[in-house]
Amino acid sequence: MTGRRVLVAWCPDWPVISAMAEAQVPPARPTAVMAGHQVAACNDAARADGVRRGMRRRDAQSRCPELLLLPANPQREARDFEPVLACIEQLSPGVAALRPGLVALHSPARFYGGEPEAAAVIAESLVGQGIWDCRFGIADDLFTAEQAARGAEQQDSAVVAPGGSAAFLAPLDVRVLDDPDTTDLLRRLGIRTLGDFSSLSVGDVLARFGAAGARLHRLACGGAADRLVTRRPPPDLVCQIDFEPPLSSVEAVAFSVRRTTEQFVQQIGERNLVCTRVLVEAESEGTITSSKVWVHARWFRATDLVDRVHWQLSARGDRAVGPVTTVRFTPEAVEPDVVHADGLWGNADASQVERGVARVQALLGFEAVVVPVLQGGRSPAARQAHVPWGERPLGLRPRELPWPGSIPPPAPARVLTSPWPAVVVDAAGHPTTVTDRGMLTGTPARFHPHLTDSCSAERRRTPLAEVAAWAGPWPAEETWWEQGATRVSRLQVVGVDGRAWLMACVGETWWTEAAYD
Amino acid sequence: METGGLREPMPTHPALAGLVQMHPGSSYRTDSTSLAMALVAGPSARGEWAAMVGVDDLGLEAAAELGVDLARTLLVPDPGEHWAEVVAALLDVTAVLLLRPPSRADAHTVSRLQARLRKRSAALVVQGEWPQCDAHLVLERQQWQGLDHGSGHLRSRRVMVAVRRGSGPEIRGTVTLPGTEAPLIVRREPRSRLREVG
Repeated sequence: MTGRRVLVAWCPDWPVISAMAEAQVPPARPTAVMAGHQVAACNDAARADGVRRGMRRRDAQSRCPELLLLPANPQREARDFEPVLACIEQLSPGVAALRPGLVALHSPARFYGGEPEAAAVIAESLVGQGIWDCRFGIADDLFTAEQAARGAEQQDSAVVAPGGSAAFLAPLDVRVLDDPDTTDLLRRLGIRTLGDFSSLSVGDVLARFGAAGARLHRLACGGAADRLVTRRPPPDLVCQIDFEPPLSSVEAVAFSVRRTTEQFVQQIGERNLVCTRVLVEAESEGTITSSKVWVHARWFRATDLVDRVHWQLSARGDRAVGPVTTVRFTPEAVEPDVVHADGLWGNADASQVERGVARVQALLGFEAVVVPVLQGGRSPAARQAHVPWGERPLGLRPRELPWPGSIPPPAPARVLTSPWPAVVVDAAGHPTTVTDRGMLTGTPARFHPHLTDSCSAERRRTPLAEVAAWAGPWPAEETWWEQGATRVSRLQVVGVDGRAWLMACVGETWWTEAAYD
Repeated sequence: METGGLREPMPTHPALAGLVQMHPGSSYRTDSTSLAMALVAGPSARGEWAAMVGVDDLGLEAAAELGVDLARTLLVPDPGEHWAEVVAALLDVTAVLLLRPPSRADAHTVSRLQARLRKRSAALVVQGEWPQCDAHLVLERQQWQGLDHGSGHLRSRRVMVAVRRGSGPEIRGTVTLPGTEAPLIVRREPRSRLREVG
C-alpha cells in the first residue's frame, strides 16, 4: 500500500445529539430526529424500544409512545460539528469532514507513536469537549476505516492492519455499502456479504452493474484509494483591540476602534470576501459586557462598524458596567465580493442612499430608519411590518395564504398605530354590537370614529354622525386556540361627509382601526 | 449635482394627470393621505427612491396599490425634534419625500429646506401646515362606491380635487381612487377676480 493510512473518527447519532443539545433534552429520553416523516436518526434509548432508521413516524411512535420527535436541521448539525473539527485540527491538520458526525484524516500515527495511541489522544481531546461517544477506525482506505470505526467500542479504536482490508470487510453485510438499489439486487442474487461481492470478477460486475457497481466493488475489495479532500484550517479573521488604560466614554471607544475596523475590513477584503454579519463584543476586565450580532443590507465597511460599536455601547445606557478594556469583531458571515460588486454603471444610487440613511441613523439611532414590508394577516395593522434598515425581515407571515376574515381591497390609506375608541348606535340610540354568531344586533345608524377622553365622559351628549352606508361584519377569530382569545368583527362605515372608516367590534366596545383617508 | 436651469418634469401618477404636474424642486401640500401617496407614487413607480418622514400610520398596502415601490421606500416614523435635519439628509438621496411635520415649521427652516429641495432636484409632499408650496391639493368631496346598507364592500371612490397654486387659476377635477384613469377636469377659474378698488 503506497498511500497514507486513514483515521476515521465517528460520533454516532450526531443529528440526535445536536438536536437534543438544542432542545435541552435529558440524555436518557428516547429521541428521534425526523426528516420528512421518516426517522433519520435515533438514540440508544429509542433503539432499545425498536425504533429504527427509515421508520415512519407512526410506526416509531407505536413502538415507543414516549418517543420525542425533533426536526432535522443539517445546518445546525454541521454547525455543532464545527468545534469537533477544530478540536481535531489542533492535533492534526488536514481533516476531511465527510458529514456531520464523521470525519477522516491521514493517520498521525508516527507522531503519536502508534495508531491506537493517536486515536486515544484525539479521544481524550474530544471527551474534554464533552463528546463522550466517539469511536475510531484506522485502515488503508477510507471505507474500511469507517467500517472499523462502526465496530469499535465507545472512546476506543479498531485498527485494521496494513493490507488486511479485504479480510476485514469480507464478513460484513453487503448493505453497509449504503446504496439500497444495488444492495437489494445483490441480496436477491444471493450475494449477502462483501466477501461474496468482492469474489466476483471486476469485468462481470462492470457488465452487470455499470460504473457505479464497479465503484462499490472496489470499495468491497478494500482497494479504493480515494484521496481525502482535506480542508485547510479557516483563517483567523477575528480582530480585537485592547485599551490600556480602559476607556469609559463611548465616544473615546468609537474613535479608538477606527484603525481596528479598517484592518478587519481589509484582511477580509484581501481574501476577496465581504462581511455581511458581524459579532461585536465589548469586554470590561475579562467579562463580556456587551455582545450583539449586526447584519448589514450590503456589507460592512470600516465606518459602518464604528457606527455599530457606537450604537451598541450607547444602547447599554447608564448601567454601570465598567470601562471597556477590549472590543472584538468576529465575522459571522462572509460572502464573495463579486456577489456584491457594483455594476459598471448601475447601483451607484443604492450606495448613495446608504450614505443618507447612515446620516439619519447617526442622528436618531439604528432603529429610526425602517423599511416597509407587507405580510399576511387579517387586520390591516397585521398585514404590514417595519424592518430596521440593514436587517433582513424574519418571521413574516406568508401573504399568499387565504386569511379568512381579512377585508377585501382597496386597503385603507391610514392604519392607526393604536386604535381609537369609537361608538356605533342604531336608529333608537342603542349601542350596536356583534353576536357570537357574527350578526349585528342592530342596524348602524349613527357613529363617532374618535371618542376622546372628554367625549367619553359625557358620551350621551356627543354629537354622532349619520351613517351613509356600511358593509360587513367580517368576523375574525384570531388565535382561538389560546386562552384569552378575542373575536373581532370588522365593519366598513361611510359617514354622510363621505369619509370611510374601518371599525372593529371587540366584545361590547368599538374601535376605529383604519381610515380610508 | 446640477443646479438651476430647465429640468424635465417628474413622472406623475396617471390619476392626477392634468390636475397637477410635478416638477423637481417643488413642494406640494395636501391633507389627504391618499392624495399624498398618489403624489409619491408617480416618481416611485418609475424606480426613484422615496422617503416618508413623520408618518407612522401609513397604510402600506394602500401605498403599494397606488404604485409606491416599497422596496425603494425609507420610513422614518418618529424623527422627533430633529425632523428638519432628517429631511435635509434624505432629500440628498431620494427623489420624493413625504413629510408630516411633527411641529410647526418656522420660516427659516422652511426656506432652508426649500433651497435644499431646489439644489437636489427632489419633490416634497407635505401633509400639514407649510407656508410655501407650489400647489395645494384639497379633497373637496368624495363618494365611495361598492357598498350599501350591509352589503358589498368599499371598491373605489370619486373624489373632487381642487388644486390651488399661488394666485393662478384653481383647477378642479374628479379623480377615481384607487385607479389609473385620467381625471375629469371640471373647470378652471381664477381664484379671485380683480376688482376695481378705491
